[in-house]
Order: sequence, then C-alpha cells, then structure tokens
Amino acid sequence: MTGRFDQRALGRRIDWKLIFCWIALVAVGILSIYSTIHNSGVGILDPDGRSGKQFIWFCAALVVGYVVIFVLKPHIWEVLSLPGYLAVLVLLVAVIVFGVTVNGSRSWFELGPLRFQPAEISKLTTALLVAHLLRGSGMKMSRRHDILLLLGVIGLPMAIILCEGETGSVLVYLGLLFVLYREGLSGWWIVLIAACIVLFIITIKYPLWVSFLVLAVMLGAYALLVLRSSRGSSNRTATRRDLRIMVALLAVAGTIFIFSTNFVFSRVLKPYQKERIEVLLGMTQDIRGAGYNVHQSMIAIGSGGFAGKGYLKGTQTTYGFVPEQSTDFIFCTIGEEGGFLGCLAVILLYVFLIARVIRDAEQCREPFTRVYGYCFASCVFMHLIINVGMTIGLMPVIGIPLPFVSYGGSSLMSFSLMLFIFLALYAQEKKYF
Amino acid sequence: MEIGRSTKIFIGLGLAAAVLLGKLFYIQIVDDRYKVDALNNSIVYETIYPSRGIIYDRNGQALVDNVITYDILVTPREVHAFDTLALARTLGIEEDYVHEKMAWYRKYRTRIGYQSQVFLKQVDAETYLRFAEIQYRFPGFRAQMRNSRNYPFNAGGNLLGYVSEVDAPFLKKHPEYRTGDFVGRTGFEAAREEELRGEKGYHIYLRDSRNRVLKSFRDGAEDKMAVPGKDITTTIDAHLQQYGQGLMRRKKGSLIAIEPSTGEILSLISSPGIDVDVLADIGHYWDSLAADPGKPMFNRAVQASYPPGSVFKLVNGLIGLQEGVLKENYKYPCDHGYWYTPTKKLGCHDHKSPINLIEAVKMSCNAYFCFVLKNIIENNKYSGVEEAFSVWEDYVRSFGFGAPLDSEVPHELGGTIPAAERYNRIYGKGHWRASSVISLSIGQGEIGVTPLQIANLGAILANRGWYIPPHIIKDDTPREARHTLIDPKNFDPIVEGMWQAVNSAPGTGGTATLAAIPGLDVCGKTGTAENPHGADHSVFICFAPRENPQIAVACYVENAGFGASWACPIASLMVEKYLCGEIRPSRKWLERYVTDADLMNVPYEKKKRQ
Repeated sequence: MTGRFDQRALGRRIDWKLIFCWIALVAVGILSIYSTIHNSGVGILDPDGRSGKQFIWFCAALVVGYVVIFVLKPHIWEVLSLPGYLAVLVLLVAVIVFGVTVNGSRSWFELGPLRFQPAEISKLTTALLVAHLLRGSGMKMSRRHDILLLLGVIGLPMAIILCEGETGSVLVYLGLLFVLYREGLSGWWIVLIAACIVLFIITIKYPLWVSFLVLAVMLGAYALLVLRSSRGSSNRTATRRDLRIMVALLAVAGTIFIFSTNFVFSRVLKPYQKERIEVLLGMTQDIRGAGYNVHQSMIAIGSGGFAGKGYLKGTQTTYGFVPEQSTDFIFCTIGEEGGFLGCLAVILLYVFLIARVIRDAEQCREPFTRVYGYCFASCVFMHLIINVGMTIGLMPVIGIPLPFVSYGGSSLMSFSLMLFIFLALYAQEKKYF
Repeated sequence: MEIGRSTKIFIGLGLAAAVLLGKLFYIQIVDDRYKVDALNNSIVYETIYPSRGIIYDRNGQALVDNVITYDILVTPREVHAFDTLALARTLGIEEDYVHEKMAWYRKYRTRIGYQSQVFLKQVDAETYLRFAEIQYRFPGFRAQMRNSRNYPFNAGGNLLGYVSEVDAPFLKKHPEYRTGDFVGRTGFEAAREEELRGEKGYHIYLRDSRNRVLKSFRDGAEDKMAVPGKDITTTIDAHLQQYGQGLMRRKKGSLIAIEPSTGEILSLISSPGIDVDVLADIGHYWDSLAADPGKPMFNRAVQASYPPGSVFKLVNGLIGLQEGVLKENYKYPCDHGYWYTPTKKLGCHDHKSPINLIEAVKMSCNAYFCFVLKNIIENNKYSGVEEAFSVWEDYVRSFGFGAPLDSEVPHELGGTIPAAERYNRIYGKGHWRASSVISLSIGQGEIGVTPLQIANLGAILANRGWYIPPHIIKDDTPREARHTLIDPKNFDPIVEGMWQAVNSAPGTGGTATLAAIPGLDVCGKTGTAENPHGADHSVFICFAPRENPQIAVACYVENAGFGASWACPIASLMVEKYLCGEIRPSRKWLERYVTDADLMNVPYEKKKRQ
C-alpha cells in the first residue's frame, strides 16, 4: 500500500517534460534511421533493420528507466561512484589490450553480437565521481589543491581515452569544465582553454609570426582586463608586480605551446586526424578524400532547403551518398528531409532538454544532484555541438553520436541511463538526502 | 554569484545553438550551391547517342552509313576471378591484353572506384553475340551498344574524312563535347559536323553512391530522345569516283569531273588517297598515313597549286580574241620556238609553220601564244604594260582563277595569279615588258592553279563562257552562273581547236588523239607543266560531247611527263565511263595501260613542252 502510494507520489515529482523530450528525440532517431534504410525494403520496426533494432533498444531503455526510477534507491549512485569510476578505469585500460579496432580507434569490446565502448560509460562514472567529490568532502573551487584533484579525476580517463584514439570522447570531457565553472572555478580557465584552441588553429594554419602576434594581443588584452578590474583597489603596486610576473610566465608558456603545437600536429596526430583538421580549416580542398564526408553531408543538408524534401524523399541520404548515415551523420537525414524547419525543431528540442536539466539542477538543494545534472547537460551539449557542427562543416569530423538519435545501442543506452539517473535523483532527493 | 554563473551558462547554450542554426540557415536557404550538387549527386544521365547522318552520292548510294558495334565495359569492382583465356578467345584478343587491362585497373582502383571502364572498343555484332552467350561467366563485364561508321562503297575516302573519339586537346577547345563522343576530323565529317552529329539525348536514372542505377527518374518524363544527324547528299557519282580512284592508283595527282551545266562535282580524286577501310580503322593506320611521302591526307585536287601548263593557252587565246588583238585566221611562225629577246628562245616542238589559231590549239604551239600574249600586254589601247597586264589579270580572274571557288570541299585553296605590282617589285615600275612575263603565255611562271580550277576551266569551255561554281553538296541552295569576260562566240575557234586536238587524223599533229572516243566528240587540251620539284606534270582537260556537254574532266598526274601520255587517256576513260557506263572493247587496252602503270617514282628527265 505504501509502495503504491510512494510510486504515485514519485510519479508526480518526476519531470515528465524531460521524458517526453527523450521520447521525441528517440522517435526522431528511429524515423530517421528508417529513412536511411527504407530502400532495402525492411519495415520500420522489423528487427532485421536498423530502425527495428533501435526500437528494441528503446524498449530496453524504458525497462532500465523504470528500474532506475521506481526500483533502485537513488543513493546507490553516489555509493557506486568511486568503485564505478575505478572499475571503468580498469575497463578503459583493458580495452587497449583486448579491444577491437573500429574506425581507427581501439575502444570497443566485442561480446558476441554486441559491441560496447567503455568510453561511453566512463562519462557517467566520471560525472558521478565529480558530483560525489564536490558534494561530500567540502571541496572548494577556490582551493588550488581541490581544483587539481578534480582536474585529475577528469583528466585520467581523458588521457586513457586519448590513447585509445577516441578523440571525440576526449572533447566531450572538456564540457565538464562548464560544470566546474558553475561550481566556482575561475572563468579564466575557460578563457585559457579557448585561447589554447585559438592558438592551436592559428599555428597550424598560418606562419609562426602570426601566432606570436595573436599571443601578444591576447596577453595585452589580459593585462588590460586585470588592470581595469583592480582599479580602485588598495594594493595596485602589488597587483602590477603580480601581473608582470604572470604575463611573463604566460608569454613563455604560450611560446612553448606554439612550438609544441607544430610538433604535435606534425608528429603526434594521426594522418587521418591531420587531414580532417586541415580540411576543416580550409587548408586542403579534397572532396574525394578526407573532405568527402563533410562535403556530402553538407550537400545533403543544404539540399533540404527551407521545408525539406519530405519524409523518405531524400535522395542523398537514402541513396547512401552520406557515409555513416544512420550513426554519426544521422543529422543529414533530418536536414535533407526536414529542411531548416526540421533542424530548428530538433535543435530546439535539445536546447529545451539541456536548459530544463540545468533548471532542474539549479532547483535542487542537494549538490550531488546539481553537479550531476550539470555534468549530464554538458555532456549532451558537447555531443550536440560537435556532432551537428561536424555535419555542417563547423567542426572536424569526429566520430561521436548525436545523443538519443544516432543508431547504436550502447550510445542510446548510456545516454538514457544518464538521463534516468538524473530524473531519479531529482524526483527523490527530498526523500533520500 | 551562483545565479550569475548559471545565467551565463544559459547564454552560452543559446549562443552555441544560434551558431548551429545560423550555419544551417546559410547552407539550407542562402547558398544555392548545395542544391545543384545534390542533383548531380543522385541523378545519373545515361547518354543516348544519336545516329550520325548518312552521306549519299548523287544517285542515292550511301558512301558512309552506320553500323551497330558494341563496346565491352567492365566495372572492376564487380569483377571476380574469371577465365581470362576464355574471355580473350571469345573477344578475339590476346590473353596478355586482358592481363594488362586488369593490372591497370588494379593499379588505379582507387581512382576508378565504382565506375565502369571501356575494356574493348567497337566489337562487331558476331563477337558480341558470342560474348553475350557466356557473359554470366564474367561478372562485372557487360556490353554497350554504339553506332560506328560503316563504308559500304569504296569511294571518296579523302572527301569523306574520318571520325574519331574526341581527345583531350579537342575537348579543351570544344567544351560542348564530352569524353566518349565522336567527332568528324577531316573531310565532310569535319566540315558538316554540326549537321551530321545530331543531338544527344539521355535517360535519367536515380543512383546510389555505388553508382548502382536504382530506377528511372520520374518514369522517364524528363528523358530526352536523341535527334539523329541530318543526312547529306553529295554531287559525287560513287561509281565514277570509284572508277577514277582505280585509274589513279599508283599515281600522284588529281582527277576531277564536273557536270558543266550545274557545276556539280561528279568526282574529285586525290591520289594517293585513303581507302575507306583505312578510314574505318584510322587509329590503326594513323602513323603510316602521317609518314607516307605521298601525303595521302593532303587533298591535292583543291589544295595543290600547280602551274597550269599548256591548257592555259586556251585562256590566253580567248583573251586575245576578246581584246581584238587576235583573230581566228592570224598566222604566226614557229621557229621551233619563240625568240623573246635576241638571244633567248622559248622552245617548241617540231610542227609545220606558220599556223593559225585553231592549228595552234590543236598542236599546242608555244610560239603562237607568245605572240598572242605579247599583243595583249603591249596593246597601244592602254597606257602601258601595267594597265594592259591588269586587264589581262581581270580576264584571268573572271575564269575563277586566283581565289577559292567555294566548292564546299573542305580546305579548298585558291592558287595564285600575279598582279602587275608583283612585276613592278621584281623589275621596277616601267622596266618590264611582255618578254618579262612571256612564260605566262604557256601557263608557266608566277602562276598557280588548283586542279579544281582547271576542271572548272573545262566547264567554262563546255558552257562557252560561264560557270556555276563547282560544288560538292547537293542541296537547294540557288547558285548563280558566273560569266567570264569573254563573248560566247569567241569560244568557237578555241573549241574547234580542242576538238581537232582530239579528233584529227593520226599524223596531222593532234596532241590528244588518245582521248578520241568515236561518237562522243571529245574536246580536249593537253598540258605539260614544268615544275621545280621534279619531272613535268602531265595535264589534260576535256569536255564531251562537243554540243550540249555532259561532263568536263581535268587530270593532273605529277611527274608523269607529257600530258598526252597519261593525263589524256585517264581523263578520256572517265568521260567514256560516265557517258557510256563502260569502256568499249576497242579501248580496253588503254584502260589496262593506265591501270597497270606505276608512276609514283618516275626518274627525273627533262622533256620539251607540248
């Protein structure tokens, strides 16, 4: 009796709008996947076809969702955070030894018909551990020691995944910076990372002197900003002395960065990664080679026009011009058949989902839920930006899926799991914390 | 502080979404480039090749038509291991060829991708059927139908020209063509390319990225049928052309026949020429054609410029009569030639003296026409030599000399007729006289004419004073007669001389008696054109019958000596063949005499003019 009452009360506290949003995105995904295969004659829910398989994963995710929200006690996630994190670290290392290579990255386990990527799960475990650390142990984002610890927690799986050659997931981890920023990390960190990315691109694309010019401009702007904010403060001479030291340090660091970028680009990056970056930066025009995917995908999306060609009427995606059309390039189908309106609708769904998660997170009194919510939102955000950006030529071709939409069980499952954990935490926080 | 940060994060989220949407807006709505690309991508045009126009002779005999052949195509990606020997045997090729081709495809497999390649071109229907029967044993191979040129009648190879697949330099100049198209390169095929080629059509299919054709686009509603090329009817008589080619075999030169009343060219032969079986497989013969010292690609009949030789005496005689400085009964002496300066003589052969105009034409006396030209050039009627010479030049040009005749034969040239200024430059103004240009009297010196122009002279003589520009395409274009500056009545003594040259009794000095055909009243004039390149050219013009002429013929045989010995019998055989359909038994020996002769490499031996 109490159980049923509990469940009813619980049902009222669940954020159903997020669940509708989730269902809508998965539905868009299944329809789009079907569109890429409908020519082969299988039905939309036929388990032989990819759309049918995706539907089965969707049903499985529903079951998992029910279990996570209604069966499991939410504090289990916090309890599991450290062991889970460590276990996944072991998996991440193990996959380098025992895994199979798919599309140039050795990051997959193969279990019979199923393929599973530990990197997908590591996002969840890392998010849980970050949330756990920021909640319980009273860490402060102003303490340098705590910042380094957190960066280490985030950086460790990042480094291992980088070794696996799964560049996409590494970039997703950068999204966790937003979480730390929300929790009090200085905005300068984000500025620093952004500056590094800008310098990286400029060093690759232009002669060295341009990089140094940009570095000088950046340092100048930094100095001006600091001086401005210190105006009126009592200790201006000290600030000035600190600033001089800081600028000198940054100049040295920047110079090292510029030179090492050259080294990294020509020696460390794999040829295909180099090519993709060069094509993105417009340094090579190779529509048959590395640029083929992007070129074809932009043709598909561009040809959609304002209102699209109509469902199942796309020619580019249906006839297989776009590679990986049901997984990483699924957005092309949406762009071609749904046009600008379709793209707008899907992107607004994502924006709504992310914003709603952040809003819910902000309403929580419990820091664990809040931090975890931010982690989840930033993860979806990074996937969205990188995936859609890649299909329209804003980002290099990095093979990461579009959350909930791209074909693939492990991706759909891990994103759904992350969402359900957040829903469970949000719905029950009063009861358990 | 906390609110501030989450607000900033919201703003960041909105900005990022706006960037994505902005770029989407740009490529989906603003930039049209991607829409065009998308059509190119998924739609495949399969070309339907039109059948090329047929070229007919004047009697409806096809000279060039089309035959269906097959190209064997291969999609290397779809090829499995197969029996190379069986394929080679079926297609009648060397097994090594198969291996070479397959090795080449392997080497360039990334570039080829899913495309089809032409494995073997222009396979005939019989071979195709053998291949089709066991095609299933060679996955990836298929045949594509294609029209190619067929030459049912061996006549006019030079005129027709050849057709070949466009190459890279051609495509650069003619962007409207596509790889795989065929284009006329020489002769009619080139000159009438636009009419003959027709318009290509296409089927539109939707295809996928592996170039697999999936279905017809909009059920073929957008397809375009090919428009066949226009047929062309020429004025050529195929049988006469073929006969003439036989006569000219193993001889260098030209042979042209014109119907005088219409200006239609009945045959136009340049020898050595190109047989049609060479045309059909030009690529195979190309190197040997280009290296041949006889220059078979060169159309001598309209491009060569020869001195006309003695046949030009007729023109000078007509001008003299028209100018009034020559009368039919004027007699001039011939002292085995003409002393144009006290020490210099233009020689002549042995004949009676003095003689009148008709006899001079009949015997082709050099001295007589030196007197004629002297009287024309040193005529007191005019202010001086220069003016008189200009008058002479106008007369000559009115015969169609000195400029192309617009015959529609490709690459026709016009020859050269000297103007007074030329002699002013050589000798100085006022410092030259008739004796300076005396060799023009017998068609030598600074004068060059094409064989076609000489044939046209024959037509003018046949018509007694006018001609319709000789032409080779039979169509409805109205063609106006062009009149020379000579009165028709002045032609009578000249034509009489030509008649006597052919039909006088043996031993009376007729120079062209070999050309006599009983009952046909052939009128002719021999010539022996000196030239700086070797032995004299043998020249002859004639027309027949004398009244109401049906045919005018001109013949040049290079380095063959007297006009009477070779050009004259050849031309007369043409006349007989055309007017009678066959050569009478009494003249069969002459036909054999001509066809057996090999005059390609006559040793140089100076002969007297005749």
